Amino acid sequence: MHLGLDEPVRECQYNQICTRNSSPMETLSHKKKRTPRRKWQIFPGRNRFYCNGRVMMARQTGVFYLTLVLIMVTSGLFFAFDCPFLASNLTPAIPVIGGVLFLFVLGMLLRASFSDPGVLPRATPDEAADLERQMDAANGSSGPGYRPPPRIREVVINGQTVKLKYCFTCKIFRPPRASHCSLCDNCVERFDHHCPWVGNCVGKRNYRFFYLFILSLSFLTIFIFAFVITHVILRSNRSGFLNALKDSPARYPLTGREVVVCFFSVWSIVGLSGFHTYLISSNQTTNEDIKGSWSTKRAKNNYNPYSYGNVLTNCCAALCGPLHPSLIDRRGFIQPDTPQPLSHSNGSGLYPSTQNHTHMCDQEHCIQSTKFVLQAAATPLLHSDPVMMGRAGPPPSGKTSLGGPCSSLAPSQPSLPSSMPGLGCAGDMLTLRDPDAHCHHHHFVSPEEMPSPLGPSSLVLPFAAHGGHLNPAQLYDPASQDSLHEDSVRGLVKLSSV
Amino acid sequence: MNHSLQDIRQQAAISAKVFIQRDYTNGTVCQFQTKFPSELENRIDKQQFEETVRTLNNLYAEAEKLGGSSYLEGCLACLTAYTIFLCMETHYEKVLKKIAKFIQEQNDKIYAPRGLLLTDPIERGLRVVSFTKTLNSH
Repeated sequence: MHLGLDEPVRECQYNQICTRNSSPMETLSHKKKRTPRRKWQIFPGRNRFYCNGRVMMARQTGVFYLTLVLIMVTSGLFFAFDCPFLASNLTPAIPVIGGVLFLFVLGMLLRASFSDPGVLPRATPDEAADLERQMDAANGSSGPGYRPPPRIREVVINGQTVKLKYCFTCKIFRPPRASHCSLCDNCVERFDHHCPWVGNCVGKRNYRFFYLFILSLSFLTIFIFAFVITHVILRSNRSGFLNALKDSPARYPLTGREVVVCFFSVWSIVGLSGFHTYLISSNQTTNEDIKGSWSTKRAKNNYNPYSYGNVLTNCCAALCGPLHPSLIDRRGFIQPDTPQPLSHSNGSGLYPSTQNHTHMCDQEHCIQSTKFVLQAAATPLLHSDPVMMGRAGPPPSGKTSLGGPCSSLAPSQPSLPSSMPGLGCAGDMLTLRDPDAHCHHHHFVSPEEMPSPLGPSSLVLPFAAHGGHLNPAQLYDPASQDSLHEDSVRGLVKLSSV
Repeated sequence: MNHSLQDIRQQAAISAKVFIQRDYTNGTVCQFQTKFPSELENRIDKQQFEETVRTLNNLYAEAEKLGGSSYLEGCLACLTAYTIFLCMETHYEKVLKKIAKFIQEQNDKIYAPRGLLLTDPIERGLRVVSFTKTLNSH
């Protein structure tokens, strides 16, 4: 009864505030038009971007800097202390070759570290929903014989059965040879391994740079090791071995340390290069080799379906094959009308998704219609909790008292359906807050919670999206139960995510 | 023509979409399934659809082809420490441009008049070819 009285009052309040809100929002969108955002700024994985999206690395880059320092210091010492002697006593070609090798090593290291390893962008909400539908259908139909679970698809490649797994984070069926890197929280094509020394994943796009890096680094370390030893030998020939070493600390203070670093590096890096040469020649990834996917120990007729048959073709394909473009388009500008991928990661991707939807909701009519629908959905909720909304009393205090639960609503992702009174307050608060916050609220229900299309509420909602005038009474059912409340909330979430 | 396509794109945001998934039977090469989806039955005929998808598949196969020219490009790039790609684009990128042109053409001639919009798979990370059913259908 008193709710009926309140409704027109609230409607008036709503209208007033709406016009007040529209001007700051217009300036906000105007400002945003001046500084358009690039896609790397809302990238859902755990990567770091530098130089306005041109450089892409993993989150932990400490070891990469260590690699850089080790290479530069060792090479620097070599050029500073050994090269003058060797250039004058043997040939000046030594520093030149050393210099070329050093530059090549650095170039390949930076290229491997800074480029996109072959990250697969996450599925858009439509695609994810389509796949879920297909999997539900597969689940429902039962038939005789062995049927793999719906989250796995089997493909026959070159006579071998390969299982494609469904990635819960990226919402896609992973292509063959792709794997999800837990450190970077991305699916990477032809995933080899995550290399902390390089500070990035090694995948399809940067495997050749990684291989050339370790190969050239092994040549460089062998080169430096050999010529440092040569230097010591030549000196000892002149003045005795012990004298040569005595001279070393005095004049060439770090020759001994260089030798030690080089000795250990040589064995580990040369070993790694050898291992990767074997992998390239048999067209396997480190991941497959470690799991023994194609070894004959698993099954007698197990073989690698990706191998081209001969070593030369495998090597050429890995090193001189076509360079695939990056699929994530990190420097592209965010288009407000294109669907953005879901970012259901371990929580770190959560906030980027809100900014994402902030952009999508910048269009005024989207916000208007969302407000209408949310308010309409909130109305049946208010009926069940008259204490909160009953007061026609002083609006400012009403605002502040309702502000509390709403601000706490923001981070609590799965609790939305249970916190009905919270949404009730959200319904009212949304009329009072700035438009961007709306999008924060209603996107927070995890995409997993979106059910298949529901009853009456979902039919009305798509029309609301056109900014059409929605009569709240259409959604309001005096005999509503909690399920309808939850349904309408979920329906709204589905609407917002389209 | 472009202007009307943009209008269609905006309206297409909330319409139904049909996704054509990747076909991995030939390995990791980019190929799409040529199986005709039932949702498009009353919009286009099967042959038209198959021809479009087959042409797309052929174009992607051309982009990823291993042959003399790709090896030459790879070796040259390696020798110049990959700086050559600052001046010229890779073979793959050239083919992607060809594909974009082909899709535009297909949309203009065949799909837009029937109320469908074909999106370039590169915009979806080469995962799917999506047909969007626009609202102004007949």
